[in-house]
Amino acid sequence: MKHTISILVENNAGVLARISGLFARRGYNIHSLAVGVTDNDKISRITIVAEGSDYTLEQIEKQLNKLIDVIKVRSLPVEKLLARELVLVKVCCKPAERSELIDIAEITTAKISDVSTETMTLELSGNQYNIATFEELLKPYKIVEIVRTGTVAMQKGSEGLRI
Amino acid sequence: MSQKITVAQALVKCLEAEGISMIFGYPGAAICPFYDSLADSKIKHILVRHEANAGHAANGFARLSGKPAVCVATSGPGATNLITAIATAYMDSIPLVVITGQVSTEQIGRDVFQEADITGAAQPFVKHSYLIKNAEQVPEIVKKAFYIAGTGRPGPVLLDIPYDVQLSLIDFEYPENVEISSYKPCFEGNKLQVKRAAEAIKEAKKPLICAGGGLFTANARELAQSIAETANIPVICTMMGISLMPSDHPLFLGMVGMHGKSVSNRAISECDLLILLGARVGDRAATAIKEREDLKVIHIDIDPAEIGKNLPVNVPVVGDLKAVLTQLSEVIEPKQNEKWNEYLCGLKKQEITNNGSSETGVNPAAFLKDLSELLPEKCVVSADVGQNQIWTANNLKLRGGRFITSGGMGTMGYSVPAAIGAKSAVPEAEVIAICGDGSFQMQSMELATMIQHGIAVKIIIMANNRLGMVREVQANNYNNRLTAVFLDGSPDFVKLAVAYGIKGEYVNSISEAKSALENLLKSDKPYVLQVKVDENEKSIL
Repeated sequence: MKHTISILVENNAGVLARISGLFARRGYNIHSLAVGVTDNDKISRITIVAEGSDYTLEQIEKQLNKLIDVIKVRSLPVEKLLARELVLVKVCCKPAERSELIDIAEITTAKISDVSTETMTLELSGNQYNIATFEELLKPYKIVEIVRTGTVAMQKGSEGLRI
Repeated sequence: MSQKITVAQALVKCLEAEGISMIFGYPGAAICPFYDSLADSKIKHILVRHEANAGHAANGFARLSGKPAVCVATSGPGATNLITAIATAYMDSIPLVVITGQVSTEQIGRDVFQEADITGAAQPFVKHSYLIKNAEQVPEIVKKAFYIAGTGRPGPVLLDIPYDVQLSLIDFEYPENVEISSYKPCFEGNKLQVKRAAEAIKEAKKPLICAGGGLFTANARELAQSIAETANIPVICTMMGISLMPSDHPLFLGMVGMHGKSVSNRAISECDLLILLGARVGDRAATAIKEREDLKVIHIDIDPAEIGKNLPVNVPVVGDLKAVLTQLSEVIEPKQNEKWNEYLCGLKKQEITNNGSSETGVNPAAFLKDLSELLPEKCVVSADVGQNQIWTANNLKLRGGRFITSGGMGTMGYSVPAAIGAKSAVPEAEVIAICGDGSFQMQSMELATMIQHGIAVKIIIMANNRLGMVREVQANNYNNRLTAVFLDGSPDFVKLAVAYGIKGEYVNSISEAKSALENLLKSDKPYVLQVKVDENEKSIL
């Protein structure tokens, strides 16, 4: 089962290595990982999507909590999950095909971020399903390159994860 | 404004402020500024003969002093040699502050001479580590290191300090307290959970305490014993828990696990309530524990991650064992558990140990019986790893004192340096290292350390010219095809000791044991016994 885990950490050197090292040596599978600072520049927030049983999840949370730099760990409940990824896709696009791609962008709420004589780059943020559909729609055009962030997530509703 | 001092000088002042009287180490170029400052201090430095042994010696010192102990090495190979000792301390939750020199900050990452990413390499084995690049932060970080190492579930903390940082000038002020917002070791147990534990003990017909090394860490062995006595609960222990109670205490059954006493394993497989005290249900200890519907488990530990990791738990209590057991002792009710105790007592009496004759040489059980009778109450026995460890664990009878060993990591070459550390912490105690002829040869260089610094550790080498434990595994599981377990080429250990200026004796038959042990115990200097053990002797006698 997939779990989305939010972690607040001290923004110290090596903290990401400690966390990824912990996952590696205890055999926990990381699906995706995203890191960024919070409104407090001394604190970073890490979102990890990991695969495992409930026992594994409990162990992950407990072992993460043992790391000195880890301030808070929360596994986000599926029913309240607000999760987003960002994808940039550069596809081959002759000027004549531009209108087709503009249509796709409009339907999928993607943005057109860059255009050249040969290519067009589209940008979409959404959950994993939106992004999968988006990629599917772009497949008929030759994809030059694609880049995708890890998931960032928070819990819906008024409750917040803060220190 | 106060006069500026170097970080190296500040480090020494920090150690003095922490009450450190002795450190174990091995110098090298990158840690020279620290050593230069150490020359101005009263802190005694014990020069070991291999960096790993600095770590093991600090380990022994920490176990006996109950406080974080310090070891030091240089960058590169000095630091990497420490890794086994760091891992050994980590597995047994021993508080160490490990200081390593590092190449200068501007050289880090360029693969210069004696550069090693030690904070990276040691990361899986430390409670925490710092590569200190900001000189001004040194006092605060050292304070944090001692705080982290010694509180909560203790463990090693590594301080990697680049050469140029050691030479930097700073204003020195040692903080009295540190606050780490992300580190809040929990101390007291949840009251409701303690009450539930007391109720479970009241209801149980066949309760059993399984005690681990956490009882020593928390300094809670007397409390645990008095709870066991109040509610008449029989006690078994893990390898790390040996010596928490006098061996002949009527409620004490012995060590549990793969190499434990059969009565302890029977008890753990038949009890209806298992009370784990500072024990992490490691695989070697838990061989006889099976999940059963009629088994209730209370687990008291300071580390929440250990609770439920290897065994489902009904009543988890997170907290410092001393605090929790104090809480528990206030609510626990006296009871008898007569039938259960009588039954176990019967089993204990039936336990047979062959301490008779061996085909050739000395029967280890008989030898340890002699040693047990002669040992003073105030003693430390440091066992190595292998058959010698199991023989000692199961046959040594302690009235008081302390048993130490590398329980989790099973590090060969631990016993002598750990004994050196233990003896340094409690000079008035008789400190004995028991090892095999295999493990002795991983640490024999420390005879020099003992002589140089006048540390009167006594060493007993159970010599069977084999890597006995591996031989046993090969005999049992590999059709007796013995591979790479013969120790031919080993020296005469008594002559080796003499070469270092240490007296030694041979024990070739059990009739020679008593007088040799008396000589060993009488001596106020290091002493070595080479005990001839039959090569086919098994770990469980």
